[in-house]
Amino acid sequence: MRENAEPAIEHEQEKPMVKLYPFESYRGERERQAAETDKELQKKEKFEQLLKQSRGVQSELIPLLHKAQAIFGYLPKEVLLRISKELKMPASRVFGVASFYAQFHLTPPGKNVIRICKSAPCHVAGIDRVIAALEQELGIKMGETTPDGKFSLEFTECVGQCQKTPVITINGTPFVNVRPDKIKAILAQY
Amino acid sequence: MLQEMRLVLRNAGKIDPLKIDDYLAVGGYQALKKARSTDRAELIEEIRKSGLRGRGGAGFNTGQKLSFTFKAQADQKYIVCNADEGEPGTYKDRAIMENDPHAVLEGMAICGYAVGATRGYIYCRGEYPQVADILRTAISQAREKGVLGDFDIEVCLGAGAYVCGEETALIESIEGKRGIARSKPPYPPVCGLWGKPTVVVNVETLANIPQIVEKGGSWFAGIGAASYPGTKVLTLTGDVVNKGYIEVPTNTLIRDVIFKFGGGIVGGRKFQAVQIGGNSGAIIPESLLDTEISFDAMASIGATLGSGAVFVLDETRDLRDVICSMASFFEHESCGKCTPCREGTLRLSELCEKIRAGRGSEADLELIRRVGQTMSLACFCGLGQAAPTPVLTAIKHFNLLN
Repeated sequence: MRENAEPAIEHEQEKPMVKLYPFESYRGERERQAAETDKELQKKEKFEQLLKQSRGVQSELIPLLHKAQAIFGYLPKEVLLRISKELKMPASRVFGVASFYAQFHLTPPGKNVIRICKSAPCHVAGIDRVIAALEQELGIKMGETTPDGKFSLEFTECVGQCQKTPVITINGTPFVNVRPDKIKAILAQY
Repeated sequence: MLQEMRLVLRNAGKIDPLKIDDYLAVGGYQALKKARSTDRAELIEEIRKSGLRGRGGAGFNTGQKLSFTFKAQADQKYIVCNADEGEPGTYKDRAIMENDPHAVLEGMAICGYAVGATRGYIYCRGEYPQVADILRTAISQAREKGVLGDFDIEVCLGAGAYVCGEETALIESIEGKRGIARSKPPYPPVCGLWGKPTVVVNVETLANIPQIVEKGGSWFAGIGAASYPGTKVLTLTGDVVNKGYIEVPTNTLIRDVIFKFGGGIVGGRKFQAVQIGGNSGAIIPESLLDTEISFDAMASIGATLGSGAVFVLDETRDLRDVICSMASFFEHESCGKCTPCREGTLRLSELCEKIRAGRGSEADLELIRRVGQTMSLACFCGLGQAAPTPVLTAIKHFNLLN
């Protein structure tokens, strides 16, 4: 009988907060949380100021998304809804645009985003070996973020630095002529 | 000894791109001054006479484009600079904008005067934030000096979408929408940004314009190939010794580009194939290397000049693996609006995988040809129409079955 029973509804477990500073004492933890909330408030304030400067026209959507992402690191749902209200356009359209362009993140990426180009010039220059080295070094797969939130790996379009392939970018800064044995040294800079 | 001919890149390495005074010192913005003292129709006729054709890939006569917008009746018109250089292996526009941003601004202002537009937009791809900064600096310097007059330019930053290089998708993106191509006609010169007449011009094309105004249309028409005059900035990538950008007259042979300017193949290995024009370009075998790079000469061998990317493959490369990479690129970049492209790019990619795995048959090649033909005829925009080219030309010129 049990096989036919309805499967129990799986509640999404509340994710434990990632501790950025596991060495801190419990006493320090409270201050840290307070500081964190403070930071969040500052971000929101900055975002509101940004909206105040907007002229409320449709063409501002993509620039606004860029700026909001620069503040929050990604585009949370609340931010998209707030923008839709400000620009007087349906939330579906805002979401449509935010999800269309590869550079917009709808979930929080790592602190440092490593983008990798897979197009033909990088492909023949051995980007696959670079990807393998990055995945091994960071212990994650393409499209994932390290548990400490420090690095994300994602694919990108050609970044136009094909004079020295293969190329990866970290937070937009290009690294050219990347070889698997250089990965450790590159990552150490972040 | 063959020499480069630097017209578009004439100031590269010679002036500080972040200093407008440097540009003014080498005669910058003089062409704009001259243009503004010329009658508009005459100015457009001069540009048309030069034979300048679009350097982004479509090869349309720039003067003609301007004259469409000039004749269109509207209260506002726009000049849009297409700096969404997304074609893999291409970085010519980056080279131009990083080295000489004012030449692009001046070209835009001349076009603006010619058609009666007072606003310009530069749509810079999201992968080039550093270039956008250079452009913004240049614009604010030009404003300060007052050289642009009543013409104002704004930089729009893209956010990562290959298809936005297509002019109507680019316009949609500036308007704050998803970058999906519009149905044509109407074409942008008549009905473009916010429904107004809009000239969308590539960076390299714009950088040519100041000199044409300065030295005259017939001077330009006399350079390179007669049907596609001037120079072309090419970017060399892959298994070639000198990787980098070069600027050569349009009647230069592909062979010279690779073996003279490019210095031949790395490690003295043998040449296998070259792909010109970016990811959607044709794969060209050794036997066709004595072709001029001009638009029409390339078309006559079933290839395109496209964006001017030159991607060289040596004998050790597995062509099957390379076309798989190209096909999967298009599968990813198809916007999904029209069925022939959405499905076609997926099927082509699957068929290429099959061939790479060594399981391909004559019937698969036939299927590739049929899917490819359907796509080039039925796809909605240039992305899908050109997507099958590398695969089709690779199976035409090379035996990929064993």
